[in-house]
Amino acid sequence: MLRYALRTLARMAVTFLVIVTLVFFATRISGNPLDFILADGLTSEDRAILIRYYELDRSWWHQYLAFLRGFWDGQFGLSFIERRPVGTIVLERLWPTAQLLLSAMALTLALALPLGILAAMHRDRWIGSAVMTLAFLGYAVPNFVLAVFLILIFAYWLNWLPVVGNATAWHFILPTLTLASGLVAALTRFTRNAMLDVLGQDFMRTARAKGLSERAVILRHGLRNAGITILSVVGLQVAGLAAAGSVVVESIFAWPGIGELLVRSAIRRDYPVLQFGVLTVAFAVIVINALIDLAYAWADPRLRQRGA
Amino acid sequence: MTAAPLLTVEGLTLDFGRHRAVDGLSFTIARGETLALVGESGSGKSATALAIMRLIERDGGTIAGGRILLAGDPPTDLAALPDPAMRRIRGNRISMIFQEPMTALNPVMPLGRQVEEVLRLHDGLDAAAARAAARAAFERVRIPEAARRLDQFPHELSGGLRQRVMIAMALACRPELLIADEPTTALDVTTQAEILALIRQLQAELGMSVLFITHDMGVVAEIARHMVVLRHGRKEEDGPVAEVFARPRAAYTRMLMAAAPRLGAGAPAAPQPLPPPVLEAEGLAVRFPLGRSLIPSQARFHHAVNGVSLTVRRGETLGLVGESGCGKSTVARALLRLIEPDEGSVRLLGTELVGLGSGALRALRRQAQIVFQDPFASLNPRLPVADLVTEPAAIHGTVPPAERRALAVELLGRVGLEPAAADRYPHQFSGGQRQRICIARALSVRPALIVADEPVSALDVSVARQITDLMARLQAEDGLAFLFISHDIAVVERVSHRIAVMYAGQIVETGPTGAVLRNPLHPYTRRLLAAVPVPDPAGHGRRPALPPAPPHPHLLLRRGEAPDRWPLVEAAPGHFVAQGQPAEGGAGAAAQAPAPRQRTPATA
Repeated sequence: MLRYALRTLARMAVTFLVIVTLVFFATRISGNPLDFILADGLTSEDRAILIRYYELDRSWWHQYLAFLRGFWDGQFGLSFIERRPVGTIVLERLWPTAQLLLSAMALTLALALPLGILAAMHRDRWIGSAVMTLAFLGYAVPNFVLAVFLILIFAYWLNWLPVVGNATAWHFILPTLTLASGLVAALTRFTRNAMLDVLGQDFMRTARAKGLSERAVILRHGLRNAGITILSVVGLQVAGLAAAGSVVVESIFAWPGIGELLVRSAIRRDYPVLQFGVLTVAFAVIVINALIDLAYAWADPRLRQRGA
Repeated sequence: MTAAPLLTVEGLTLDFGRHRAVDGLSFTIARGETLALVGESGSGKSATALAIMRLIERDGGTIAGGRILLAGDPPTDLAALPDPAMRRIRGNRISMIFQEPMTALNPVMPLGRQVEEVLRLHDGLDAAAARAAARAAFERVRIPEAARRLDQFPHELSGGLRQRVMIAMALACRPELLIADEPTTALDVTTQAEILALIRQLQAELGMSVLFITHDMGVVAEIARHMVVLRHGRKEEDGPVAEVFARPRAAYTRMLMAAAPRLGAGAPAAPQPLPPPVLEAEGLAVRFPLGRSLIPSQARFHHAVNGVSLTVRRGETLGLVGESGCGKSTVARALLRLIEPDEGSVRLLGTELVGLGSGALRALRRQAQIVFQDPFASLNPRLPVADLVTEPAAIHGTVPPAERRALAVELLGRVGLEPAAADRYPHQFSGGQRQRICIARALSVRPALIVADEPVSALDVSVARQITDLMARLQAEDGLAFLFISHDIAVVERVSHRIAVMYAGQIVETGPTGAVLRNPLHPYTRRLLAAVPVPDPAGHGRRPALPPAPPHPHLLLRRGEAPDRWPLVEAAPGHFVAQGQPAEGGAGAAAQAPAPRQRTPATA
């Protein structure tokens, strides 16, 4: 287990370095930030000063090394626009995003696991088809379309729920629903398939031959085994989907989270914020994946002992 | 039959969709008695077992008629019992063990918990009492170190131990009837002998009845007092085992008994004078690294094959026998360089294969083909048979594309299949027919040698017989050499001119088949022979205890270490036996006590 953990850690470090590099060059390719700032009424002298200050006249290679050095020293730079340290800007956005993701995740697990199991148990009956049709709809409807409908119905016509910001618990309902819809669809389908695999296994027949009730067979023997496969997908796909979905959802509902910050910084070509924001998200995704990897290895006794 | 019947099956009829799996089957099982339900695949024997457990609906079957009466006052008709009442019987009054101990246990639940579950359910024990009872259940089935096993997971146990856990679980609530569905088919012959002995002992201790489902006439003679022969869902014959064996009435029963491999039935005579060798291997060794270590000297290796030398001559079959894990399949793959041997040499038709460049190796591979155990997995389901059987020839360029079909028809004819088979797909054939297709495929490049790795182990006995007869015919026609690998010593005897017994990665005894089987010199060979079930009910219950496995060196070693090699000594002309610490001379000598396993570092 320890060796497995060390290997996971090493893999994390390499992945992160690759992402840092990609992000750095991707932001450079996307255009010059000063074109945007110039529109705010900078003179060409101001522009020259800024270029020198941010070392934009040096080679990309030099900028890259300086960027890495800054990273090492914990100096992530100042926002071009807000003139504040990017660390502060990004960190104050972190918690609202985490809140939104956690509530969407909780809703997803609470809905998708029972629905997936139900669909697997009754796959040839109407209830199974109904669940799968719903899941298909959730897949097919993009979350920004769903968001528009939710806003129209609950905010505009009924005037029940707020849609801007994260001030109260009521503010959570619409963004959470929007974000969770795609996740529920993905996880329901996956749970169903994982469960179908398990239902055909020999040990399920053994469990029934013991005289266990169908409920105990499914929950105690089936879900335990399917859960290991489901766990891996929660880490890889659902976490990724959630991160991507939060960018859209936060923008629509003006949620003061990291996704909304990224969109705004990209539009304004605020490199330092964009870079640090993307890296923070990447770091979070890598850490979550690694944790789930470890949980996966721990949950499966066959893996737990091999790495020991 | 004096005892009152425990279970009475009357006119049982089972359907899977529109297919009638069992038709009007009737039998009774007396208290404390063992009834064998015998038949080949598709006979409906497993469906009958599942119907008694009322698990057949889960598998898409229905009970279309008949009654299943379980003794009581009044008797219960299981066929009409609602599920909640049936659940109180399952695992309690009737329990079941299955064929595959590898997959029948939950892989992520500790073994103890899986047994405790039944005890808590039916006997209402609390956690502590259930754990104690589970430990007692493990001890009852003679699982060594029972207390420690409770917290282990299935993958940590061997197949035989897992089947013991299954039995412990089935017997935890002291059932009146145990249904055993081919419980030893997936096990080695020595493990099978131990499990059969265990079931017999437990039956005597607990006084339970056993419904034993099997295809193996030898096992029937060993374990059952009464038997029912099933074919295509109908009863062909029933009666006391001794009577059925002495005077089988149904033609099908006679055919089954004739097809069953019988140890001592005679081996083919070796060709004289000795033909030239096709394959010669010397000092072959294969080791697999286990995991990776940061410190090279700490790396450990599993020594799967350790110094194997063998020769296969033209027109000859060498039978390689041994239990699972002894390294016989690894030998087969190393001989063809499907895996690289770490040591030793392999000469095919005089050319050294080890170290040969890939181009030359590919050209030479034409001369040596392989046939695998599983005819279902080894044929690409998306290709028509014509393409499948001619594929090696096409790869080696020995057949122009325009003639592939003609070649396919010719090959299919040689293995006894119709020309029309060429246009069909693998799923349209039975297991035996598929194995014929695999053999036709191997023949397509006119090889000098076919390595057959357990080619008939997945087949019914009557089909297996046809396949081995086919192999013998092909050998007589073309002078093919076979390396026939099997765990079933009786099948090996039937086909092999010479035999090599493998144990712990080494050949411990080799020689002409008749000489080795009639006069086994190595204790392991004797153990293997003693374990083979004898299809003769006269020996029922009087079988001597199985001699213990001889000690062998550790196979899991650090880098630079190697297991001891036993030198082979010629005991009679052409009959060699491993000398060294475990061996002892003279047939019929008493089995020795197991010595502690030793580990010897190599002189590095």
